[in-house]
Amino acid sequence: MIEFHLDPSSGVATYLQLVQQVRQALRLGLLEPGDRLPTAQQVVTSLAINPNTVLKAYRDLEREGLVRAKPGLGTFVVGRLPRTDPQEQSRFRRSMTEWLRKARAAGLSPDEIEAIYRTAARDALAEEDIA
Amino acid sequence: MTIAALETEGLTKRYGRRTALSDTTMTIPAGRVVGLVGPNGAGKTTLLHLAVGLLEPTSGSISVLGDRPGSGPEALARVGFLAQESPLYSRLRIDDHLRAGAWLNPRWDADFANARIAELGLDPRQRAGTLSGGQRSQLALTMAVAKRPDLLLLDEPVAALDPLARREFLQTLMEVVAAQSVSIVLSSHLISDLERVCDYLVVLVGGRVALSGDVDEILATHHLLSGPQRDPSSLPASQTVLEASHIGKQSTLLIRTTDPILDPSWTVTPVTLDDIVLAYMKRARDGVPNAPRGLAVAS
Repeated sequence: MIEFHLDPSSGVATYLQLVQQVRQALRLGLLEPGDRLPTAQQVVTSLAINPNTVLKAYRDLEREGLVRAKPGLGTFVVGRLPRTDPQEQSRFRRSMTEWLRKARAAGLSPDEIEAIYRTAARDALAEEDIA
Repeated sequence: MTIAALETEGLTKRYGRRTALSDTTMTIPAGRVVGLVGPNGAGKTTLLHLAVGLLEPTSGSISVLGDRPGSGPEALARVGFLAQESPLYSRLRIDDHLRAGAWLNPRWDADFANARIAELGLDPRQRAGTLSGGQRSQLALTMAVAKRPDLLLLDEPVAALDPLARREFLQTLMEVVAAQSVSIVLSSHLISDLERVCDYLVVLVGGRVALSGDVDEILATHHLLSGPQRDPSSLPASQTVLEASHIGKQSTLLIRTTDPILDPSWTVTPVTLDDIVLAYMKRARDGVPNAPRGLAVAS
């Protein structure tokens, strides 16, 4: 079962953090169809958050077709998210590491590297949105 | 639509010459956990005391669950109030408190109260005066919840608690929300205390509402922009600048917008609720009327 955690300094709404954690667990294969999500009560007990927030996150996931609430039984994973091949993932990680080493060798600071990454990611994703 | 938990119209309360609440108009929806935040002296306690009928408005009106506060036994039974510092009778035992609760409240839930005391590991024969701060607050909360109100108002419930007791208190409160349909309004001068639990926020500063709304919406519509220096008045009309600082060639702006930010020269980062609330508090303190655009800010 997935265990949620919160990053209070992220500026991301709590329900979105929960949604993102479920999505990420699906992408990494940590959650699969048939798995049960913790009940609102369980999440409330472990994180001391508002149960409405948990239900809002689950409703969002249900709208996306990723989970389904079965009254009296709980909320279950029913969908999958495209999961890239682990080998493919590590190939990209290797080339990213390589790129980072080069950037450092060229004298770029970690902040500069992060700024470049953010801008490039935004541009690339914006192109996708427009297309 | 259901009746609002709390609604005020031009609500004003003056103590002699001092104005505690000034022409306040707000609607707090039912079924929510509402954080009432503001610096000391902002009017939070006054608002809560008006809501339970301990005070009468100087002018304007307030209604709670559609009724005038304290207008009769039924209205009183529907509203629970936990005053600051969790007042209890220190010479009375825990079971005396519960007996008094049962005697005084028509909807008293004795099963809940007894189960809660057992869960907390408290001896019912213990005197309230010998309890720790965390235990006192838990007993007071148990009393307020066992009354089975439709609306529970809590005035600075965690201010006097250590971090662990604070977490346990809020956890109990959230378990109550999960198990019963009750609207909650809780006040604090620190948003960080309430950030995890409230889904609706009202920020009071100097007796006026500086910000109010759904927490998720507030988070989704505020962003921090940083990029090359520019005049805030050159931004799109849909973007309201709340705060701006210019250091060297760099501008950093806290903005509110419901539209996507398309300008590629900005780096956009999310802002914490804490920072958003502080920005509104600062503006209200400096007398900036709510939400003008193109705010001129000295660099």
